[in-house]
Amino acid sequence: MNRQAAGAIIGLLALVALPFVHRDPYHLHVLVLILIWSFAYTSWSIMGRFGLVSLGHGGFMGIGAYVTALLWNHLGVSPWIGIPLAMATAGVLALIVAYPCFRFRITGHYFVLVTLALSGIVLQVITATRDYTGGSLGYTPQRAPSGKGLLALQFDDKTTWYLIALAIWVAGLVIWRAIDRSMIRHAMEAISEDEDAAAAAGVNVTAEKLKITLISALMTALAGALYCQYQMFISPDTVSGIAVSLQMVFAAIVGGVYVALGPTVGAVITIVLAEVLRISFGTKAVGWDNLVYGVLLVLFIIFLPKGILGSVIDRIKSPRKPSRGHEQQIVPIARR
Amino acid sequence: MTGMLELKSIDAGYGSFQALFDVSLNVRAGEAVGVIGPNGAGKTTLMRVISGLIRPTQGTIAMEGTDVVATPPHRIVSLGIAHVPENRRLFPRLTVADNLKMGAYMPGARAHYAERLEFVFELFPRLKERLQQMAGTMSGGEQQMCAIGRALMSNPKLLLLDEPSAGLAPVVVQQVFELVKRIRASGLTVLIVEQNVQQVLRVVDRAYLLEAGSIRAAGSAAELAASDTIKQAYLGV
Amino acid sequence: MQSFLGIFDIYLLEAVINGILLGGVLALLALGLNLIFGVIDVTWICYAELVMIGMYGMYYLVQVFHLPYWAAAPLVILLVALLGAALHFLVIAPLLTAPPINQLLATGGVLFILQSFATVAFGIDFRNLGIRLPVLALGEMNFSYARLLSFGAALAGMIGVYLFLTRTFTGTAIRAIAQDRQIMPLMGVDPKRIYLVTSAIGGGLAGLAACLLVLQYDVHPFVGLSFGPITFLICVLGGLGNFIGGFIAAFVFAEIISLGGLFSDLEWGYVLAFAFFIVMMFIRPAGLLSRRA
Repeated sequence: MNRQAAGAIIGLLALVALPFVHRDPYHLHVLVLILIWSFAYTSWSIMGRFGLVSLGHGGFMGIGAYVTALLWNHLGVSPWIGIPLAMATAGVLALIVAYPCFRFRITGHYFVLVTLALSGIVLQVITATRDYTGGSLGYTPQRAPSGKGLLALQFDDKTTWYLIALAIWVAGLVIWRAIDRSMIRHAMEAISEDEDAAAAAGVNVTAEKLKITLISALMTALAGALYCQYQMFISPDTVSGIAVSLQMVFAAIVGGVYVALGPTVGAVITIVLAEVLRISFGTKAVGWDNLVYGVLLVLFIIFLPKGILGSVIDRIKSPRKPSRGHEQQIVPIARR
Repeated sequence: MTGMLELKSIDAGYGSFQALFDVSLNVRAGEAVGVIGPNGAGKTTLMRVISGLIRPTQGTIAMEGTDVVATPPHRIVSLGIAHVPENRRLFPRLTVADNLKMGAYMPGARAHYAERLEFVFELFPRLKERLQQMAGTMSGGEQQMCAIGRALMSNPKLLLLDEPSAGLAPVVVQQVFELVKRIRASGLTVLIVEQNVQQVLRVVDRAYLLEAGSIRAAGSAAELAASDTIKQAYLGV
Repeated sequence: MQSFLGIFDIYLLEAVINGILLGGVLALLALGLNLIFGVIDVTWICYAELVMIGMYGMYYLVQVFHLPYWAAAPLVILLVALLGAALHFLVIAPLLTAPPINQLLATGGVLFILQSFATVAFGIDFRNLGIRLPVLALGEMNFSYARLLSFGAALAGMIGVYLFLTRTFTGTAIRAIAQDRQIMPLMGVDPKRIYLVTSAIGGGLAGLAACLLVLQYDVHPFVGLSFGPITFLICVLGGLGNFIGGFIAAFVFAEIISLGGLFSDLEWGYVLAFAFFIVMMFIRPAGLLSRRA
């Protein structure tokens, strides 16, 4: 156990030291993207691992990004205040949609479809309010006057962004670990196993589910806001909507949702893949990366439902068992 | 005279649970054969193995010389085996007419749809009155008629009846066994599984006693009815 | 004041009628999804993307290969029906014993594939058939023939499916399999075949919807996103697998969208519809007709 902790600390120190040793801006850029998306995918998996498959997270991310940028551009509200407000907005929306879902036991297909519609609607709203949001053409937060960069949370320096993203990413893992060791985890596992039995055992099913949903939505909105501040450009397609929701699910599945670092592995694989495709196809790559994403997602769900990291860990733990034997129960990505 | 249906050394079960051990039995053309035994003896499993709903882990099943185990489940009906499952299993939100139609789904049976329907109405005039009623809204006895009628629509040679008297009022049970006699009279071969030992021994020629997944006794209906063990355990005499 | 109200009423009536016309196509889409859910127990998240592919099919047949509309439509219906069958065969069938959520997410992967395939193959330009149907003027109200035709064809399509489901052996089996899956082999029914046929019908309905929607809307790779979510809401509100519930919910939603659009943009109609949906979840959580498995 101690060796593991030591390993984690050494690894973290190495990650902190990295930008001071390796200064290639493109590589740092890709790393920042990986860290931000890893955080977003981790946020999704905090719910997803307990069988709450949400396709509404594209909506939360979009709210995080757009509310922060709109407050800054139109009201001059600093992102330091804007981001908490954006997170609160996403949180409230999450509760409004999730409460009736959980209260009335809307699960499985129904839950997925409701959340799917949610992210679709957020995209529609962003498009519809094009006078403010720029619609599908995208939106850029106004540049802060020089010297006000900290106030506006705008930095030109990649190293700064790398460290911010790293800190947030670590925070995401800490939250994951905290949940892993808390009572919520036991309650949620009982719920995903059998809701009625959990309720009979005294678990407040609705409250526990709402808690986990709220944490997940707040984190996702933060990821959206960070993405916006870093890229200084957002469009409905890149931070909201069904495609972004599916992208989260896809990356989480590729990495594995049952392991803390699974979503991160998923982010590394998907972003590196997208970058490789983008560079090798040049401008013709539009669409190709998603085409490969989609094919991989389908193949993964069919052949490796536990994700890469999960499957590898399984194999290390019990090397004799085949990863997908006939007798072995296939572990669902989520239980109904 | 060889059997119409022959089971040899059948082992079967669900997952790691084995329900049948080395079961052999045969049914000759024109016979009515009963399988009696207590709850949980494996009677329903036996029926399911014959109609292909579950596959045996060991042993062979032949219907008129055709290997049943090698036949895909949905083609076993075409061999002439119709199974009236436990608890009837009608399609509750389909009309009686649609339920009967499902019985004649096989291409071979569709061609004779109209004449089979006539035959079923002859046996069960009640069904004709209820054609447009949802099957799930009928009484237990009517549902049993419909389930048997549905099985007869496929023009079978062998009818498998799984606990036809289960859950029915005593008067209705009487009626159901009367029906079984009439079906026999129309020339069908019948294999019937029942807990109601007294009643079933009156309508079958021969019977097997199935206990804990194994055949414990076999003989003519009269022999079994006279046997002391069966008298004590099942007939309450 | 009096005359203002008069004009207003005319607009209102026009919006109500347009809502009914829109409801026809939405009901068609809901029927396809419900059919597939009822029989196979999966939800095709990529359903609207099948429609998108069908719309491109119409565009190419009519604009590039110069086929007349009436000749292109059956080809497209057939094409999307085959696509539906292929989707089942390649993606759903291998996952039939997997948890339902995995099947659903796999169709999400197909959504990605279809969208990006369209982007790669057709580009992101908006395209249309170049067919402009005239407008029917009834008093002071205007209705496009495209909408009237869509409504009529959608209704005809639904009646066709109804007749198929009630009159044929295969159709009866499709209705039966949703009620008792396990005993289907006893009827001599091969569930795999029924699944494939159902998927093809579901695809065919998406194809028909494509032929109708392409008369009114431009096609682009992401066009599915504008009516996919609303179709899902309809199916959830009507109760997944519940044909009648879906039919009613389609018209309810169409009215909300149409009337909401009267006061502002169409997108706000969608937002209103979603808000309505959330409210309905509190009032009637079991769906409009409250018969849910």
